[in-house]
Amino acid sequence: MGNAMLQVENLVKHYGDVQAVRGVSFSVEEGEVFGLLGPNGAGKTTTVEILEGLRTLDSGRVSVCGLDPQEKPQELKQEIGAALQSTSLPDKLRVMEALRLFASFYKRRRRPEDLLKRFGLEEKRNTFYNQLSGGQKQRLALAMALVNDPKVLFFDEPTAGLDPQVRREIYDIIEELRREKKTIVLTTHYIEEAERLCDRVAIIDHGKVIALGTPRELKSRAGATTRVEVRLSKPESNGIMKNLEGVVDVREVDGAYVLHSQRPPQTIVSLVKHLEAQGNELVSLEIATPSLEDVFIEMTGRRLRD
Amino acid sequence: MSNFASLTEMRIRLALRNKMFFFFSIVMPFIFFFGYLGFFGKSVPAGAAYFLGPVLALNVMGSFWGLSATIVMFREQGILRRFHVSPVTTSDILASSVVANLALTLPTVIFELLLAGLIFHVHTLHNLFGIFVLVAIGTISFASLGLVIASITNTMQETQVLNQLIWLPLVFLSGATFPLAYLPKVVQRVGLFLPATYLVNAFQQVIVNSATALSRYTEIASLVCWAILTFFLSMQLFRWEPETKIPRRAKLLVASTAIPFLLLGIWENRTDRILRESQTAFAAFQTALDSLRPAMRMSIQSGNAVNPSNHAPK
Repeated sequence: MGNAMLQVENLVKHYGDVQAVRGVSFSVEEGEVFGLLGPNGAGKTTTVEILEGLRTLDSGRVSVCGLDPQEKPQELKQEIGAALQSTSLPDKLRVMEALRLFASFYKRRRRPEDLLKRFGLEEKRNTFYNQLSGGQKQRLALAMALVNDPKVLFFDEPTAGLDPQVRREIYDIIEELRREKKTIVLTTHYIEEAERLCDRVAIIDHGKVIALGTPRELKSRAGATTRVEVRLSKPESNGIMKNLEGVVDVREVDGAYVLHSQRPPQTIVSLVKHLEAQGNELVSLEIATPSLEDVFIEMTGRRLRD
Repeated sequence: MSNFASLTEMRIRLALRNKMFFFFSIVMPFIFFFGYLGFFGKSVPAGAAYFLGPVLALNVMGSFWGLSATIVMFREQGILRRFHVSPVTTSDILASSVVANLALTLPTVIFELLLAGLIFHVHTLHNLFGIFVLVAIGTISFASLGLVIASITNTMQETQVLNQLIWLPLVFLSGATFPLAYLPKVVQRVGLFLPATYLVNAFQQVIVNSATALSRYTEIASLVCWAILTFFLSMQLFRWEPETKIPRRAKLLVASTAIPFLLLGIWENRTDRILRESQTAFAAFQTALDSLRPAMRMSIQSGNAVNPSNHAPK
């Protein structure tokens, strides 16, 4: 591996009798956005909190920016930035005070003024924390994660509990950080978030990494199929549709044919050829690419958000 | 050091924006102040001087209450987690809590001393240094007690129950509310095991008799000893996360902080020094009242009261 910013080898963590993390391994390169995708309780947060130096590990090896979080917690904390899950600030702390306070803890600092501007909080600079909306609180959390211009950023469920509009705002911010080549570790149970924001994704279930790769790799490796939904002017038999190139499954739903194809371009070419020969016409065509949700279902037999 | 300074500043700022703080740390102390000095002390200099000690002691001891509640709230709301992921250390959080508390207590104390001199004509405040030494040591030790309480309780409700359980004996058995000499003999003996008793007595001796800080070395040394023990213990038991369990050894460790005042209590119960001092002070106060309004004299219930006639009023 090139410049591994972060390495995790066989990480194990128990809480009493519960095994929260059962041998997780991955590494994150500099400038990469790495996603940990999995259902609630899969062990994502525990993994991230060990990397941040908030929790101790039972066995395995972890290094962040070349530092062991358990041996050098203070040095490590100078280098990382984090937006935690289930965290808060004192009610009567003002936005600007929060940024200044946290900036004062670090050797390397960014100007709080610049962060206010960047995160659209200029007008809220003197607002008490408890008077901010959910989206504003989250933007402040992200701004605070950047006060020390960190080498690695940890975003634990950065959009959980936010409405779709605000979620898109947060996506824009993270995409901008991605363009700036920040190293980011992001946990999420939203498929969309992982697909849209992450260069590579580790799918985690029951404390184990069950798949790891770019979103595209994961989808093709899991043999996920593309859904091609067509409406025709005249009906065709299911048998003929099933014989089209790349098609593995056909179903008729409300007068439309839903084809599952492993090679959608070939399927469409052969469909069009067949229709031309039969004098039939294509009324509508919809293509839905497979998502990481399909990958998760393929590998676990469960939906992600059960 | 800079973490400690900026956290201290934040805590002071937050306290001043908090209505509860305003009520419990500013309004209440002055209600006590005027109630005790004016009503119980009959607004005469000797009476006011006698009750200034308990008022200051209550002020100082109250610091554990708000502090334990604040730390538990910070932990429950995940505020401590946010600090934990930054380079802030346990000692930064704890030391800034104690120092912020002291900084917030001092203005009230200064104002009370000024009012005692100006309104109630208490002119025995010659040893201001001694008073401030006691204020500092008292605040630091009781604030540390608050930090320990925060560490050994899980929810705000638990914290408040424990605060009550600790507060009631501290204020009622120590002479902070009713003069020690006025309490039944058995209660006086129990009071000798409480840190509050020594704080109240030291304040009274310094205020009424202008005793020097050095002459109150027993009280000061034992409070310092207790402060170090409780602060050290609060470092050991501090929890950043609500999910972290209280270690089993916690009870044993907490019990160990009782040792200084257990030993001192045994010693003082044998020598009766503190009890004699408090009776002398009480008797002097009564004599002062007698000379003004004999009818309003309180009776001493305990046995070995010093004859008031030996202590002529000033």
